[in-house]
Amino acid sequence: MSDFETVAATENQAARRGPSGEPGTPNQVGAANKPRSLAGDAWRDLRRNPIFWISLALVVIFTLMALFPGVFTANNPNDCLLSRQHAGPSGGAIFGYDFQGCDTYSRAVYGTRASLLVGALAALGTGIIALVIGMLAGYFGRWVDAVLSRVIDVVLGIPLLLAAIVLLKRVSSDSQWARIGAVVFVLALLGWTTAARVVRSSVITAKEQDYVAAARMLGAGNSRIMWRHILPNSLAPAIVVLTIALGSFIAAEATLSFLGIGLKAPTISWGQDIDTGRIHMREAATPLIVPSAFLALTVLAFIMLGDAIRDAFDPKLR
Amino acid sequence: MFRYILRRLLQMVLAFFGTTLIVYALTFAGQGDPIQALAGERPVTPAQRAYLTEKYHLDATGVGGFFYRYFDYVKNLLQGNLGESLTGRNIGDILQQAWPVTVRLALIALAVAIIFGVTAGVLAGIRRASIFDNSTLVLTLLVLGIPTIVLAPLAQYFLGVKWQLFPPTAGSDPTFYALLLPGIVLGSLSLATALRLTRASVAENLRADYVRTARSKGLVKRRIVVVHVLRNSLIPVVTFLGVELGNLMSGAIITEGVFNIPGVGFNLFRGIRTEDGPLVVGIVSVLVVVYLVSNLVVDVLYAVLDPRIRYE
Repeated sequence: MSDFETVAATENQAARRGPSGEPGTPNQVGAANKPRSLAGDAWRDLRRNPIFWISLALVVIFTLMALFPGVFTANNPNDCLLSRQHAGPSGGAIFGYDFQGCDTYSRAVYGTRASLLVGALAALGTGIIALVIGMLAGYFGRWVDAVLSRVIDVVLGIPLLLAAIVLLKRVSSDSQWARIGAVVFVLALLGWTTAARVVRSSVITAKEQDYVAAARMLGAGNSRIMWRHILPNSLAPAIVVLTIALGSFIAAEATLSFLGIGLKAPTISWGQDIDTGRIHMREAATPLIVPSAFLALTVLAFIMLGDAIRDAFDPKLR
Repeated sequence: MFRYILRRLLQMVLAFFGTTLIVYALTFAGQGDPIQALAGERPVTPAQRAYLTEKYHLDATGVGGFFYRYFDYVKNLLQGNLGESLTGRNIGDILQQAWPVTVRLALIALAVAIIFGVTAGVLAGIRRASIFDNSTLVLTLLVLGIPTIVLAPLAQYFLGVKWQLFPPTAGSDPTFYALLLPGIVLGSLSLATALRLTRASVAENLRADYVRTARSKGLVKRRIVVVHVLRNSLIPVVTFLGVELGNLMSGAIITEGVFNIPGVGFNLFRGIRTEDGPLVVGIVSVLVVVYLVSNLVVDVLYAVLDPRIRYE
């Protein structure tokens, strides 16, 4: 990835923060007699950044939409009548009806759940793989690092969309959960490399710290040092990378559904709705534009949120 | 240099066998009935079954049989013999017709990325934190964040169907004008990345010691930027654009599908839609090889441009 070096540079700084500082928490911002920590500095930057607030608001709104879609629309997304196919906006459906005569807006609202679920689960899976691999490679070094780094190189060299096509063609089940599981599995399997590199570099920095030497002197074993001392101090940069990855996973899921190999009906997914809307765009444009806007806003919200936090923690940009 | 290329070549051979093995294993092996899988959901007559069993040596069983068939597949792949699609067309022929179109589209996309991305990136890098810099940063973030499945249909709808500035679809023998809008859509992502990369690289190199030296020698700013900074800053950009050319050629599935451009991606798009197993596997295998080779070329190019790479 292009901005990987920037990420790596961030980690080194972030890893030195000491055990207590969560990213983005106000650390003695007001206290003039104490030197400001990096996290405090970053928080001051973030508070004045409109992009941070806008994307955070969007993330909150879409999360609420995924949890309680009924609050945002009164209509049932599966209440479809062919007689009102491509009917224009009305009091009942503010963005009109689509090709099947379903409420366009209601379908877009209910589509949030599948997208966010796939994105979040894939990010979680990616995070677990990346933490394990990055931690092992960074902590043990030597041949473990050499082998794992080559594995990362090879996986990084696999084109995601092509590999996902081959893998997902193998899934014949049409059950809702099997397809969601398959998409999550494929995305996590192919998407963990960048995060693993970030974890590896921050673990390498963290393990040279004095508190690690102190813990070892007190008789702590490898697993305790890794779990209690290094993990909390190398988690923050990985979370930032995973926020951005969550956005791109949502985009990838929509792309796969668009191609017809990702999520399938009865799951409501933006990718499928965009595909249907695209085919009938000459008759009615809103069934294309509404899910497109929802998808673009969600992906943008996560990517911009991660980007804003990362920029705030990057001392090079000061 | 020679040793570096040799090592890189060996790595690529390993990656090639690894990836094709995965593609092959996932598609054909380990399935209940490979012949049925090949035919999709159509019924298979006993005569076809017997013919296919002999053709693909399916009577050999076990691990030996698997590798026998795998090497059969690799041999055919290397000889350019990709078999036939379910519609009975030779996949090699399909690809031969499709490549020129895809390459033209990729080159247009790359030209868009270089002309706008690199130029704007250099300007933004020199004028850090100016209005121009900040607005390009926000714009590129927007472009990076909007997926192609949103960008391509919306561009087609607004610019092609509603305002009719461009032809909405390309058709069988596309002109340059018909490929322009898909090229811009396809290239927008590379444009944004190239811009950010150039900007970061220029901004970093402007603070380098050799720039200070050049300035203290009394060189004019223009010469410092063009001769010293630009040459060093473009190294990562060249690498990126090289990888991107491979990506653009293999990644145009959505764009070609939406704009109806008869390239490689379009055939893959159609193969997925019509559940044409052999067509999908044939095209994916070729695209993976293209991807690996373009990565290799770029790595070697990188080593030529930046001598520090070789010594790691």
